[in-house]
Amino acid sequence: MTSYDVAIIGGGIVGSSAALHLALRGSRVLLLERGRIGSQASGVNYGGVRRQGRHVAELPIAVRSRKIWERLPELLGTDCEFAVSGHLKLAVTEAQMAELQVYARDTIEFGLDLELIGKQEIRRRYPYLGENVVGGSFCPGDGHANPRLVAPAFARAAAKAGAEAVEAAEVVQLAADGKSFDLRLADGRSFRAARLINAAGAWGSKIAETFGESIPEDVMAPNMAVTEPLPYFIVPNIGVCGGGIYLRQIPRGNVIFGAGEGRADRDTIRARPLPEVTAEAARLALALVPRLSSAHIIRTWSGIEGRMPDGIPVIGPSTSTPGLYHAFGFCGHGFQLGPAVGAILADLALDGETTTPIDPFSVARFVKAENSLNTAVRFQAESGGRRGLHGSRGAAEHLPRSTPGSVKAAYLDSFLRHLHITYRG
Amino acid sequence: MLKIVIVGAGPAGVRAAERLVRAGHRPVVIDENVAAGGQIYRRPPAELHRDPKDLYGFEAERACKLHRTFDELAGSIDYRPSTSVWSAEGRRLDVIDRDGASHLLWDRLILATGAMDRVIPIPGWDMPGVFTLGGAQVSMKYQACAIGARPVFLGTGPLLYLIAYQYMKAGVDVAAVLDTAPLSGKVRAAPTMMAGGTALLKGLYYVARLVAAGVTIRSGITPVAIDASSGQRVGVVRYTTGEGKITTIACDAVGMGFGLRSETQLADLLDVQFDFDPSLRQWLPAVDAWGRSSVEGIYLAGDGMQLAGAQAAELSGARAAEAVLHDIGQYDARRIVRSLNRRIDRWLRFRDAMASRAFPFPHQLAQQCDDSLMICRCEGIAAGAMREAVRGQGQAEINRVKAFTRVGMGRCQGRVCQTAAAEITASAAGLDISMVSRLRGQAPIKPLPMAVFREEAAQ
Amino acid sequence: MADSGAQLVRIAGAERPPVRCRVNGQAISALAGDTVLTVVLTQAPRLRKFEFGDGYRAGFCLMGACQDCWVEVNNRRVRACSTLVADNMDISTEIGARA
Repeated sequence: MTSYDVAIIGGGIVGSSAALHLALRGSRVLLLERGRIGSQASGVNYGGVRRQGRHVAELPIAVRSRKIWERLPELLGTDCEFAVSGHLKLAVTEAQMAELQVYARDTIEFGLDLELIGKQEIRRRYPYLGENVVGGSFCPGDGHANPRLVAPAFARAAAKAGAEAVEAAEVVQLAADGKSFDLRLADGRSFRAARLINAAGAWGSKIAETFGESIPEDVMAPNMAVTEPLPYFIVPNIGVCGGGIYLRQIPRGNVIFGAGEGRADRDTIRARPLPEVTAEAARLALALVPRLSSAHIIRTWSGIEGRMPDGIPVIGPSTSTPGLYHAFGFCGHGFQLGPAVGAILADLALDGETTTPIDPFSVARFVKAENSLNTAVRFQAESGGRRGLHGSRGAAEHLPRSTPGSVKAAYLDSFLRHLHITYRG
Repeated sequence: MLKIVIVGAGPAGVRAAERLVRAGHRPVVIDENVAAGGQIYRRPPAELHRDPKDLYGFEAERACKLHRTFDELAGSIDYRPSTSVWSAEGRRLDVIDRDGASHLLWDRLILATGAMDRVIPIPGWDMPGVFTLGGAQVSMKYQACAIGARPVFLGTGPLLYLIAYQYMKAGVDVAAVLDTAPLSGKVRAAPTMMAGGTALLKGLYYVARLVAAGVTIRSGITPVAIDASSGQRVGVVRYTTGEGKITTIACDAVGMGFGLRSETQLADLLDVQFDFDPSLRQWLPAVDAWGRSSVEGIYLAGDGMQLAGAQAAELSGARAAEAVLHDIGQYDARRIVRSLNRRIDRWLRFRDAMASRAFPFPHQLAQQCDDSLMICRCEGIAAGAMREAVRGQGQAEINRVKAFTRVGMGRCQGRVCQTAAAEITASAAGLDISMVSRLRGQAPIKPLPMAVFREEAAQ
Repeated sequence: MADSGAQLVRIAGAERPPVRCRVNGQAISALAGDTVLTVVLTQAPRLRKFEFGDGYRAGFCLMGACQDCWVEVNNRRVRACSTLVADNMDISTEIGARA
């Protein structure tokens, strides 16, 4: 059985970036992807690379990620078509405009350089926008990229840096003995790793469940469409308050837009756009940019993404299992965050901590106290060390190091109960 | 009353509708064209009066009969011309027509979606003046226009000779017929091709008439390039003869095609199972001996299922209708279907002899093409980019190559380039063609005008 | 249009009523039953510029499958091979000049 420092389940943008960051630091890394690298949410999303409009808790990660996006050519040997086009968030009511103002004020410390644009100016700068737009907020450093290229480029770079990336590698058995993790694939291959990263996207909660963490992760399927190539006239990546529709044009000419949700099935691993949702998305796109009325949609698609009840992802150490780190459930906005989340996971797995504040994403917010041990673990974690926006403690501090022997035994028991659980045949 | 929907109004769709009407049903017939007939028996617009003999040659009587059958069904079916299915899932079809977007539900569905030319790109194929063989024929039948004053017909397959003959007969100066298949294969195939009855004789007749008219016919050639004259127009076809000599021939248009490729996007969206057919080198919807697909309630017929030609399409259209009638318990159709199958099987034997011996698909042309050759004419993607995705990035599956390079991502959704794209992927990866999968269908089946939704909203 | 000279050659059906339309602003007399593709290519060698290169396009399959023959008719994008001409149609092969 081959042994690794870190095994990563899930070859999306998060897992692939984690693989690269770990490999660059000299770790022996195994990246396991059930299908093809970047073929689920990471590869089929809209492609927005945006900090503006995010939950404030996500901004420190988004800011760190933005720095990685800028370095893609140096890191990956390709820019993945990342274009710094700016992101324009539009308001169609005065109340929404006021929201944009509040957001700009509340996020000033993150350096997004948001520019609030009034009705006349927005008409002058973006004459193609629909009549109902009353203003907007422009983030000049945001942009968009080709999602089909990013995760595979990270995985390739990781492999070049020494990571082992395995596609068609479905993990069917997982076990932890307190010191390391044993992984067995559907094809019978097995591996051992000292640390385990769960970056399994919409299937992340199933992995977590194997380790006794019951996390309410739902699925979602963004309904996407793209037009035939048109002359290039829409430069910024455009969103609207309330998130009804998002739309961008690539310099080749195709206009990509999304609105609403298709249908996702986690078990059959299939997602489809729905015709009535595509029709509604087209209506919204036409209201936003009436000039698109002569365009044709040439393709629609969807993909499977995980969604948390509170709309932000799970990122951080497991509450049940030392050495296990989660990052999943990105609720349809993980593309921009992915590169930094990978870097954060590398920090956690190697240093036990990260300089990027991630506490709001802790899995603890969902995990119910199932036994005394877990309670003990969480109590420990919460009572010791600093918390808040200045850093997060890694696994080391979640280990029940000073737990009384009996509790420790119970803790291991909780593993044993979840050993060799097959979560997907 | 059971809602039976037929998609396509070519030979298969018309014969299916006829049988269903005869059994007391009133099927919906969805037709993308303005009038029934499909491609092979395409009718000219009402204003353009042509003698059927000029239009359809030997097939005039058959074409007229089919048109007559359809015209007589007029009051008994729900015919929807100029209607296009853009999305399909479960028991629902989403359509657009002149009035906008709508959808309909079906209880039984017969897919008779036909075929188009199978294309192998060669240098210059994206130039104005290069058309498919089928396009050359449609231009003649539907518009009374030749694709040029001096066309070359290039490729392989029975259509090559039929169309050259039709052009010659219309008084067009056919510059040459260039067939990639060697003559020897046709001779070897002749005994089996007898299964097609007079079809073989007709083919021989076309060749004889072309020869008599002094048209250059070359077998076993390898196309090199279509070169421009001035102003980016077709001027010359360059090819290597069977003996290896490079030859040029002056022309002002090219009709090219290498057999047919089934139009299967709709079947694909409906999740029917596909099998790889090694002799045709393409993925086709899997059907049982009744034309039933793997999805309950969905039946297939015609060239969209098996590429056995117009006469087989009429038979398999009738068979699909009989299968529906049998399955809904209207009557026992076993005897009828057995008898239809005996006739269909003859055409399948004829087809196989043509595909494997007389007109083998020259896949090596695609596999060996230059890196600079544009494969995807919608997106302008060259073979080299695809090979880089395979060799440099380890992608050996056609949908992944699409995701990485944009091949097959354009307006036609890979209809035109998928054959070559799969061959190039397979050869670059060192895999058999059956191992690189097939392009997944994605709605819309054809470009969907966004304006229809605005109008729908305005109503 | 950079080059003149037709691509398609009419071989029959001249005895049809004429249809008056414009191609790139120029008045053209077409025949009833013509497709937009026929109208343009019996006058000119091409239909549109290719978006991703120097070349031009003039249709390919002529049966609505290949999506090569998009032009603008009355400011709407249409497939030229499957659109019949009508009186007063304003056909533009300058597709891509504006969105």
